[in-house]
Amino acid sequence: MEKRVFFKGWWLPALLVAPQLLISFVFFFYPSGQAIWNSLFLPDPFGLKTEFVGLDNFRFLLSDPYYLASFKTTVIFSTAVSVSSMALGLYLAALADRLIKGAGVYQTLLIWPYAIAPAIAGVLWLFMFNGNIGLASYYLKALGYEWNHTLKGDQAMFLVILASSWGRISYNFLFFLAGLQAIPKSIIEAAAIDGASFWKRFGTIVIPLLSPITFFLLVVNIVYAFFDTFGVIHTITSGGPEQSTTILVYKVFSDGFVSQDLGSSAAQSVILLVLVGILTVIQFKYIERKVHY
Amino acid sequence: MKTIKAIIASLALFAMFAGTAAQAKVEIQWWHAFGGRLGELLDEQVNKFNASQDKYTVVHTRKGNYSETLNAGIAAFRAGQHPNILMVFEVGTASLMAAKGAYVPMYQLMKDAGQRFNPKGFVSAVSGYYTTTDGKMLSMPYNSSTPVLWVNKDLMKKAGLDPEMDLSTWKKVGNALDAAKAKNIDMPFCTCWHSWVHLENFSAYHNIPFATKSNGFAGLDTELAFNSPVHIKHIQTLGKWAQEGKFKYMGRRNEAGKNFRAGECMLMTESSAGYAGIKKEAKFEFGIRHLPYYGATEAPQNTIIGGSSLWALSGKSKEENKATAAFLAFLSRTDIQAKWHQDTGYLGVTTAAASATKKSGFYKSNPGTDLAGIQMMRNKVTQNSKGLRLGSFDQIRGIIDEEMEGVYNGTKTAQVALDSAVKRGNVLLRRFERANK
Repeated sequence: MEKRVFFKGWWLPALLVAPQLLISFVFFFYPSGQAIWNSLFLPDPFGLKTEFVGLDNFRFLLSDPYYLASFKTTVIFSTAVSVSSMALGLYLAALADRLIKGAGVYQTLLIWPYAIAPAIAGVLWLFMFNGNIGLASYYLKALGYEWNHTLKGDQAMFLVILASSWGRISYNFLFFLAGLQAIPKSIIEAAAIDGASFWKRFGTIVIPLLSPITFFLLVVNIVYAFFDTFGVIHTITSGGPEQSTTILVYKVFSDGFVSQDLGSSAAQSVILLVLVGILTVIQFKYIERKVHY
Repeated sequence: MKTIKAIIASLALFAMFAGTAAQAKVEIQWWHAFGGRLGELLDEQVNKFNASQDKYTVVHTRKGNYSETLNAGIAAFRAGQHPNILMVFEVGTASLMAAKGAYVPMYQLMKDAGQRFNPKGFVSAVSGYYTTTDGKMLSMPYNSSTPVLWVNKDLMKKAGLDPEMDLSTWKKVGNALDAAKAKNIDMPFCTCWHSWVHLENFSAYHNIPFATKSNGFAGLDTELAFNSPVHIKHIQTLGKWAQEGKFKYMGRRNEAGKNFRAGECMLMTESSAGYAGIKKEAKFEFGIRHLPYYGATEAPQNTIIGGSSLWALSGKSKEENKATAAFLAFLSRTDIQAKWHQDTGYLGVTTAAASATKKSGFYKSNPGTDLAGIQMMRNKVTQNSKGLRLGSFDQIRGIIDEEMEGVYNGTKTAQVALDSAVKRGNVLLRRFERANK
């Protein structure tokens, strides 16, 4: 049964939602409005003059094969990051949930990587796989595998996925662990008494009961892969080689802040905004239906 | 309690006086991109200037690498918080030039400040880069280098080659690489700054256009032209070497320098300014050679520069501009320039500095350090060898790097890659032209 509270009068509810509205305006509506406005102009880098170009920035973008290719790159990257980090997070959470001794130590250690900023995580992995001084690339070479992510697109993609997922596993682990611990032990025990194996219990009881958390993590992880992995990509590959790791948000940055093409950058932000909006609607409309609360 | 109050009061008084004392001097800001050894040498120059007179103080701040410094400067300009002097690498020159009103042209700055300044004193191959077609100097050359061939003599011997062998043409280099490969040398050839060395300098050196309209000097309606048969032949050769394991790609910037300094790479094309690092770190005998060329073409023209110049940004008071002028004039002094040239391997950008260095016997005791200068000034500069002036060039270089990566990893032929780079680059040039009409 849903609970509803009704306020008398209007000023108290208005006051209560005001901070949220203010924050949304300052950090969302105002910058989005600016992006939409700027996407219609072609300014020079110094802001000395600007020209109204209508939808030319969008036309310019959609005729650029590399921009279109970055959609595909983004899909591959986001899927790989979300799926791998969620699967591993769930696996580790399931293991940690069954620990009897030293659970706190394991949990703390597993959460640790989350404290590392994406850019630093990127540098750490870059060091390990660096062609000159990296340990990982050194051992791979000893095994007869040529590692050169500056030249090979698939290796570069693998490395940015690895570095982006790493810290994320901790985050997912944390939520899955909390979810697992919230499942009443009695249900599991009852199933065990009925003779259900571990996997049977996991598949028919745990997974469905975890679905609200899984859904939440799916949304959050996709948003993360779309926007917050910027630091990792910037430090490891700068979007290369041949733009094979240039995801949409990285292109916004490189066109806007490296190339000073603010018009195109604003247009890309607008496209990205629409895209993420659509994605979120789809998630809530279709996937959420399958979620049991 | 009283004593505390007294201390606070006296401190405040002191601060007031200290404040006024500092204000008596005009302070100007310089944003640059130098860290490490270069940063120390730059700091030394600033300290020398500050100590040499009592009217002005220069404060320098490092803002990251070249691209980051330029972007920080542009962002600050938009916000009205920009420094007096901004270091801009050669790639950003066209962007600055097109932004009329964002800077005070050098000739104007010096004239207004009544500062004695002789633009003719600069080496023309350097100053030409920063001078308008009608001969007005817009920014002050600071550090300039040009690519040369670095040789690891120990590895040459290991490959059974004479370390002093002729490496003047790419064909001879190719033979040396074959020999090195046969002797299982892991990295016979490597290079830094792919586009700069193998397309931009390559064009000037072979006296063929990199772009139309005198490489962009004669107008914004320039188009890229680096997909000629000679260019394709060279990039295809590099691609072939990469496939055969004779050339290893280490990255777009100067990553390969590490491999050379560690003694892994036998031949490397890199800026002459690699000198400071190589001299410090190399535990092998190294040599410097001229950049190779293709024998079938005419004798090599000259190479062009890379590096930065200093721009006086606009919107500053007359007093501050005077300070800027005084500091820039100080930097172009012969003793300062000669020291910079000898410490770093950057070119002596004034003719006086170059000849002073020669007189001091520096070239004799450090063989090869004069090659870069000779290579730049060996011929009268042509339309194709004056330099490049292309808008959005940082971005175009990115495109070129991307396409060349396709050639090195074998997914594209040189023809396809260069045609595509030209086509994609031209789109950006048109966009730049439109934004800067």
